[in-house]
Amino acid sequence: MTTALQELAEVQAASGIARYAWLLIALPAFGALVLLVGGRRTNAWGHLLGCLTVLAGFVYGLLLFIETAGRPAAERTSELRLFSWIPVNALQVDFGLRLDPLSLVFVLLITGVGGLIHVYAVGYMSHDPDRRKFFGYFNLFITAMLILVLGDNFVSLYLGWEGVGLASYLLIAFWQHRPAAATAAKKAFIMNRIGDVGLALAIFILWRQLGTVQYDEVFARVGELSTPTLVTLTLLLLLGACGKSGQFPLQSWLPDAMEGPTPVSALIHAATMVTAGVYLVARCAPIYNLTPDGRLAVMAVGGITLMIGAIIGCAYDDFKKVLAYSTVSQIGYMMLAVGMGPFGYALGIAHLLTHGFFKAGLFLGAGSVMHGMNDEGNIRRMGGLWRHMPVTFVTFGLAWLAIIGFPFLSGYYSKDAIIEAAWGLEAWQGWVFGGAAVLGAGLTAFYMTRLMILVFFGEERWRELRTDDGTAGGKPYHPHESPLVMTVPMILLAFGSVGAGYFFQNSERLVGWLEPTLGGLQEAEHTALPHEYLPWLTLAVIALGALLAYLLVGRRRQPVTRPEPVTLPVRAARRELYANAINEALFERPGIWLTRLAVFADNKGIDGIVNGTAALLGGTSGRLRRLQTGFVRSYALGMLGGSVLVIAALLVVRYS
Amino acid sequence: MTPSYYLLLSALLFTIGAAGVLVRRNAIVVFMCIELMLNAVNLSLVTFSRINGGLDGQLMAFFVMVVAAAEVVVGLAIIMSIFKTRRSASVDDANLLKY
Repeated sequence: MTTALQELAEVQAASGIARYAWLLIALPAFGALVLLVGGRRTNAWGHLLGCLTVLAGFVYGLLLFIETAGRPAAERTSELRLFSWIPVNALQVDFGLRLDPLSLVFVLLITGVGGLIHVYAVGYMSHDPDRRKFFGYFNLFITAMLILVLGDNFVSLYLGWEGVGLASYLLIAFWQHRPAAATAAKKAFIMNRIGDVGLALAIFILWRQLGTVQYDEVFARVGELSTPTLVTLTLLLLLGACGKSGQFPLQSWLPDAMEGPTPVSALIHAATMVTAGVYLVARCAPIYNLTPDGRLAVMAVGGITLMIGAIIGCAYDDFKKVLAYSTVSQIGYMMLAVGMGPFGYALGIAHLLTHGFFKAGLFLGAGSVMHGMNDEGNIRRMGGLWRHMPVTFVTFGLAWLAIIGFPFLSGYYSKDAIIEAAWGLEAWQGWVFGGAAVLGAGLTAFYMTRLMILVFFGEERWRELRTDDGTAGGKPYHPHESPLVMTVPMILLAFGSVGAGYFFQNSERLVGWLEPTLGGLQEAEHTALPHEYLPWLTLAVIALGALLAYLLVGRRRQPVTRPEPVTLPVRAARRELYANAINEALFERPGIWLTRLAVFADNKGIDGIVNGTAALLGGTSGRLRRLQTGFVRSYALGMLGGSVLVIAALLVVRYS
Repeated sequence: MTPSYYLLLSALLFTIGAAGVLVRRNAIVVFMCIELMLNAVNLSLVTFSRINGGLDGQLMAFFVMVVAAAEVVVGLAIIMSIFKTRRSASVDDANLLKY
């Protein structure tokens, strides 16, 4: 695999309406400020302001996009310096925005899909007394995410990176009175922190070696770095990406993050924030281009994660957790794609965008179903819901077809392209990664079809059941369709799920658009399997997966409680392939021991020294104070004795 | 006549005073013994002044007298007030200020 140094696009000063690009960040930031500072006074209209700022951002982003698209390809990268942010001696960081094809598609994804989910959340959170606070956090997230993708240097990237982490933490723990939610938020925050350390170290290395953190300067001079530095750098960046994107080995926080409200899962933990890792690798394309080893690590992480996510997704009964593992798996595809370097950057971004549509659609569908089912999340307690929720069923169904790669829907174009590119890798890599990608596609078809069947088809298992939400004896389920404010975003996202893939792929529109940032998409000359059979092979595997799901799940009567005992693979998958157990054994237990040791050392050692000194002084003085008898004559004796001693000493010194 | 006799007398008087302070209980007697010690010192100061032919020692002796006079005023007042409240002039009875 040969990789020439990528031609870097010429950076221009922002002109035209791009001069107001700071509005993109300022609008949601204003919304967040008003909603969070304004407090209860803004309860009545807070959600409307929250939606408005994001939708206004989308309109502006669209105008910006159109204006940029009107320019020749070489002039599409511009920068807008706003102010000097950290002027410290040699470290000069300016706060600036980089408007280029890559950041612009992200702006559209974030504000577009984000805006739809905002609107959806108006309905979903309508019964929540803290809806205003929710929208404040939501706007805060949009602000941070836009800083992340728009920043023109690594430090603003880091600012946005931490900002989305904070917003994610606040939103996962939005129902913090539930211990599970509070714990999940902490878990997400801590696991993200591990990744953040990697990103921070990478930035430190860049600054140490190159003396700058500006993208254009770094990318222009990255060739000066030695190979070991480059590999270290790419691995550290990958660690950051793994933390944020829920990739192996830091994947286990993402499913737990589903404790947050469903719009949060849709926006942050499916469509936007968790794709920041993919953005990071794509943004650092000039660095990754130089080191095949670094790219191999990215591909390995992607390949492992897509398999892990798909396998675990097959075994879960929790609606949102299945989707969460599906997200983990799909981001694995994106990482695999961007790990392929010039063969895959654009494909990864394409899958990221289509995934943004259909995964957001799936989550909003899940939220709609749960909204209508008294917040029930167990898919075994559902079934036959298509009659009761036609709109949800159709939109969810389209997103389902899109994610499994049904021909001519979004997922088909974006995922197939990745699979084909993976087969085009050299030597063993083609077989391993190509095979994993195809197998993952089959598993995706299996678990998504299983989910679909359990929720929308089959007998209506909920009829005989009552909720177990704490009320005495529970209530019967009354599934019903969601209000318009929720279904309209779902319908719009369904359009995206259906058409986005074709739109992007048609005459390589997206690939061509991204070329100034990511370089041209290369295609392998030969693939491990003949090129013309690959789509058919993929389709066959997908069909097999879906068919298996039908045979194993659809045709049989499904029990309401999950069957026990089960075979070893299922048991392993139900326990998340022991990821949590491994984390617990490797990190948590030694950590607990360490803290216990520290507590013991503190109590017995440090405290012992301090308390011992105090006790010694106290005891001594307790005995010495007995000398203070109160008898004047004994004091006088003491003075006399002292004087005699002093005089004697003087005499001895004098006459010896 | 040699000045050393005066010094010997001074040492003798000082020793008697010191022994009195240490062994006597009556505050008035203790007080008188202190005066004795002060005057023993005065005597030696004057003697040394004589030996050295200067006036410094005699000057010091006047200072000591002034201080002693002031001390007598304060000290006797304290002894009086203690005696008034406790009906005792024994220094061993006034031992409350202790550990």
